[in-house]
Amino acid sequence: MSSTFFSAPPHWLWLITAYFFFGGLAGGSYFVATMMHLFVKNPDRRLVRLGYLVAFPLVCLCGLLLTMDLGRPERFWHMLVQSETLRPMIKTYSPMSSGAWVVLLFSGCAFLSFLAALAERGWPDWPVLRRLDPTARTGRLLTVIGTVLGLYLAGYTGVLLAVTNRPIWADTTFLGLTFLVSSASASAALLILLGSWIGVSPRSVHSLERFDRSVLVLEVLALAALIASLGRVAAVWLNGWGVLLAATVLGGIALPLVLAWRRPVLNRQRWIGPVLILLGGLLFRVLIVFSSDRL
Amino acid sequence: MAEPMGFFTDTTVCIGCKACEVACKEWNQLPARNGGIGTLSGDSYDNTRHLGGIHWRHVKFIEQFSPDRRDGRWLMMSDVCKHCVRAGCMEVCPTGAILRTEFDTVVIQSDACNGCRDCIAACPFGVIGINPVSGTAQKCTLCYDRMKVGLEPACAKACPTQSINFGPIADLKKLAQDRLGQLQQSGEKRAQLYGDSESMLGGLNSFYLLVDKPEVYGLPPDPKLPSRNLKPSALWSTLGAVALGILGVFSFRERGARDV
Repeated sequence: MSSTFFSAPPHWLWLITAYFFFGGLAGGSYFVATMMHLFVKNPDRRLVRLGYLVAFPLVCLCGLLLTMDLGRPERFWHMLVQSETLRPMIKTYSPMSSGAWVVLLFSGCAFLSFLAALAERGWPDWPVLRRLDPTARTGRLLTVIGTVLGLYLAGYTGVLLAVTNRPIWADTTFLGLTFLVSSASASAALLILLGSWIGVSPRSVHSLERFDRSVLVLEVLALAALIASLGRVAAVWLNGWGVLLAATVLGGIALPLVLAWRRPVLNRQRWIGPVLILLGGLLFRVLIVFSSDRL
Repeated sequence: MAEPMGFFTDTTVCIGCKACEVACKEWNQLPARNGGIGTLSGDSYDNTRHLGGIHWRHVKFIEQFSPDRRDGRWLMMSDVCKHCVRAGCMEVCPTGAILRTEFDTVVIQSDACNGCRDCIAACPFGVIGINPVSGTAQKCTLCYDRMKVGLEPACAKACPTQSINFGPIADLKKLAQDRLGQLQQSGEKRAQLYGDSESMLGGLNSFYLLVDKPEVYGLPPDPKLPSRNLKPSALWSTLGAVALGILGVFSFRERGARDV
């Protein structure tokens, strides 16, 4: 029996599961928007802006969820500042410490990009905000930094779970990778949904769909590595959790891939694939968090 | 720094009286569960059930009986925080609330803790829990306040059989080796020390004499630091980020080329 089975659960439940999901969407949306801005020729600016407009409210929600989950929410600032000396509280080797800083710094980047995205539409029409536009030098630097922080936010949550002594979480080193890739696929799915809803150009949506398909394939590989690395510990999923895992893989990855290949036939039901991917991303986090907590 | 201090618990002389639990609760003013209304666990005489935010000592009862109950024995063990020399809880604590004292013990400062519970998941022994009164993570302090004035911890003071021995680690190790030799000489070949070696998390400042496998007592056979997973997890995630970037470039550039 793995020694991880002798530890106690921290009872990180729905609030933290929601944080993992929305944090992944915030970081992933920022990343996808930046990639589209940098590498798509003549992108539909509405879709790029959408990524930045989504990232900031989501990361604000993350801060709220994290604070609410604390035993003493009024002490949330102890994560960032030493309560006695008021010096910065940083532990690079503690994922929760570095993660708290990343949430803060990413919030700053997401806020500025959010303002820049609004300013691009002329609201508010402040000249200083034009410098934050990704086409300007300052804006480009901002989005590159924001993208790195966004990817960190999307993936560190899995590393945070691995750097414990809990069963499943600490029995694999692939959780960070899987959370990161799952966040990217869910974010692309979110932007496809929202983009289709506001009527962005179909060509832009197609490029996102192509990206999402390739990320889903990567997600299958990451999941396979995760399950293989668990070894005998994976036997704890030979029950209802296993059914949830199967539903996540089949419904949240395999079915969207099949639908994507058959897209011309099912063009009017284009929303089904992205919705399934988003649900799969959420259910995967529910599975990982709760199945360990119940042991 | 003062001399490293700790506990050596000889489980072979524990009689399960729970005086240590009571003394700990009384000295540290720990609340009762469920408003003091007793609920029976159905698990031998153990109604404390586990260590946690309000149970800093826990006497375990292990009944080993043959199916016909003609042969059997009781194992009893007073469990507590191990005050690891390399402590997982200290590693992960994001607020710096967990510190090492001059006695080489590990203490959670309740006024700095914000109840994030990372230490609970990091402890390989399941020692730490949230105290519902303070809303913070708590565990045994090895009676730091008593040690500061030269007193021994309340549990060791109350133990009527000297199962819980308190003192300098070097002295305790010698005592433990002597007792181990005595037991083995008298034919108890299963006797073994748990946590006295530096190979286990740098050494446990609260270590045990057992007469069965550690798992039987609910102790992990091979406890590890949570940080063992940090580098490989971070590496895989970084590789994943690079892969996503490459996929993004190819997916989006392809379209860009077609658009021209």
